[in-house]
Amino acid sequence: MAKVYIYKSFERFWHWSQAALIFFLALTGFEIHDSFHLFGFEKAVAFHRTASYLLLALIAFSIFWHFTTGEWRQYIPTFSKLQAQIRYYTVGMFKSEPHPTIKSARKKLNPLQAVVYLGFKLVMAPMVILSGLLYMFYKSFDVNDMIIALNIPLEWIAVIHTLGAFLLMAFVIVHVYMTTTGHTLTTNIKAMITGWEELDDEPENGNENSKNTVSEGEVVETKKTKENE
Amino acid sequence: MNRVIVYVIVVTIIVLVSVNLLHKTEPLNLSQYKLKQEYATKDKPSVDHTQFEILNQDFKTPQDVTVACLECHNKRHEEVIHSSHWNWERVAYVEGKGISKIGKKNVLNNFCIGANTNEQSCAKCHIGFGMTSNSFDFTNAKNVDCMVCHDNSEEYIKGAAMAGYPDRSVNLSKVAQSVGSPSKINCGSCHFYSGGGNNVKHGDLEEALLACDRNTDVHMAQNGINLSCVDCHTADKHQMKGKLYSVSSTDVNRLNCEDCHSSRPHLDDMLNRHYDKIACQTCHIPTYAKENATKMAWRWSESGKLKDGKPYHEEDSLGNHTYLSIKGEFDWQKNVEPEYKWFNGNAQHYVLGDIVDTIPVQINTLLGSADDIHSKIYPVKVHRGDQIYDPETKLLIQPKLYSPEKGDSAFWVDFNWDLAAEAGMKRMNLPYSGKHEFIETEMYWPVNHMVSPKDQSLACADCHTRDNGRLASLTDFYMPGRDRNNWIDLLGNLLFWGSLVGVSIHGLARLINSFRKNEMEAEEINTDQ
Ligand code: HEM
Repeated sequence: MAKVYIYKSFERFWHWSQAALIFFLALTGFEIHDSFHLFGFEKAVAFHRTASYLLLALIAFSIFWHFTTGEWRQYIPTFSKLQAQIRYYTVGMFKSEPHPTIKSARKKLNPLQAVVYLGFKLVMAPMVILSGLLYMFYKSFDVNDMIIALNIPLEWIAVIHTLGAFLLMAFVIVHVYMTTTGHTLTTNIKAMITGWEELDDEPENGNENSKNTVSEGEVVETKKTKENE
Repeated sequence: MNRVIVYVIVVTIIVLVSVNLLHKTEPLNLSQYKLKQEYATKDKPSVDHTQFEILNQDFKTPQDVTVACLECHNKRHEEVIHSSHWNWERVAYVEGKGISKIGKKNVLNNFCIGANTNEQSCAKCHIGFGMTSNSFDFTNAKNVDCMVCHDNSEEYIKGAAMAGYPDRSVNLSKVAQSVGSPSKINCGSCHFYSGGGNNVKHGDLEEALLACDRNTDVHMAQNGINLSCVDCHTADKHQMKGKLYSVSSTDVNRLNCEDCHSSRPHLDDMLNRHYDKIACQTCHIPTYAKENATKMAWRWSESGKLKDGKPYHEEDSLGNHTYLSIKGEFDWQKNVEPEYKWFNGNAQHYVLGDIVDTIPVQINTLLGSADDIHSKIYPVKVHRGDQIYDPETKLLIQPKLYSPEKGDSAFWVDFNWDLAAEAGMKRMNLPYSGKHEFIETEMYWPVNHMVSPKDQSLACADCHTRDNGRLASLTDFYMPGRDRNNWIDLLGNLLFWGSLVGVSIHGLARLINSFRKNEMEAEEINTDQ
């Protein structure tokens, strides 16, 4: 095991501000949807719109970052160990089987994560963002100017946007829960906050003396179970 | 070091954004301010009519006054006799009917039904003298009544049932010397009392506007900009700007809020966006009939009941007639929330002689729909009632209502519907089968006056809400906050709750699993020892 600097500062900034924005957009969006009352419709709309601009700007930066750093490659799906990964979460982890894949700075995502996050980036996010923009500028041009999206009924746009929002919510729930499946409940979250994570050495080394690097009590527990295998 | 700079920048941006979002002083709406300045000064007349020799005479007839006016204003009568105030009709292209004339001469309403055969009484609100029947000469300029609109002395009133002649008490020479631009009461003497009493018909035009505060009407308020009717309803060549769709049918010569306020009047872009689909009146007139009640329903079917052979009346606590033997039964309402309709500025009317094909009969129909780009949502007073109808010919009946004496078939004195129907339809050259019924009717009056101060206008959630919003009855479009696709919501909720339940179960399983392991370990350790 070694402490590895896995999430760079921009990545962490991007991750948490995007999380906050999506949470806030969901809050205001579902108020607009009249699912509950919090800010009042008028403020909810104003906040939703402002936050959506921030999200757009953030995503523009993050796209730039992904491509300039080559980090986008992290999301190329590999199907070879996908099944093993699914088996791990459904069966393996209960039998204390080891993670089928190794996390490293070069390969941060397991195959399941890669696929799901790719889905997030290629399906869910574009779905809410594009429909959100259409929603925002729906028939906002004067009769004499060009009218965009004249013949798309608002209901379709709203339906896609709402569905995207629900998908995002489901994603967030599962995503937050999955962070607790690291070495300890909070390892993953801590890593995303500090950038550093204790990782197994790249080619898994059975003789590695894990106790040397373990400092916190909770980690000891997991390590013990590992030793019991 | 670098990191510190980045943090400082980020924090600064967040602080700036939140200051901007949270702190808002209301900026001055400059265009609104300019308008107020413009209308704050009132024009003074440039001549003094008391100084004119020709007006210092003892006028024998009101026509003599008109002749005197025309001595100087020697072309004005030509303008007047082309106006709808004079002609009681307008030429219009009507879909399905072609070029036709529409107005009080041939459309009905569901108040006093129609002027035909009742001119003697109804002409109290005609800007002419001597309209006793439909043979009135609309080309004789001498019969133009200049005074009813231009008297500034409040001396002039038209006589009751005098075919448009002034009351005998009026001092014509005093009136002739005090003419000027029409004031509120000149317009109001007809438009406030139409339908037989104050605020009966419109609901948003009534005598309270003569002296009201801003809560009642921001435009006409005495403690506000105190506009008179003609400040907005200007009249180039005596053709009034603006029209009412109880008698008008086409989208021409309308008076719109944006004529003064522009089509982007708000400082808030979100509100301005609503301009394309929502008429200003919709949000800015949350209720009408704010001071005095207006008639909401009129059931002619109840009329004609007598007590001891005599007509009688009943009143509600506010002094409004709820029953009149000559007219029937009424519902009155104050502070009424309008109904809302899509409207593109064109309307259709039931014209005398049209076959009835819907019940309730649509006395007038405001045209428009959500997918018509020229339509906007307008507030409307809907007046409901029933009135006399011939079930054989399927025609609404123009009854003869008024006569000064008995035995002339007039319902208001003889109380015989049969005779009244026969006399009325005969005058209109329309058939009457001898059978009559009462049929339900609806009439639509767009609400335009009694604009409220802005803090009382409708707020977003008055419409953008799931249940019982103001626009709940307009279902032909998707409105955020009100509408949703139930399937998507079901699917979404399944996804949402499904994920929550799913992760909970998974988490619980892990928890139980780890407990078990701990126990086993503990046992192992125990046995080890
Ligand atoms: C760049 C991203 C986004 C844009 C441009 C956007 C824009 C909009 C707009 C314009 C509306 C209609 C209300 C209004 O006029 O303000 C809306 C509604 C809504 N938004 Fe967003 N939005 C975005 C992201 C999100 C996200 C991330 C969520 C949730 C996770 C979300 C959830 C909703 C919901 C639930 C509604 C209500 C839809 C309805 O009931 O019709 N939005 N959004």
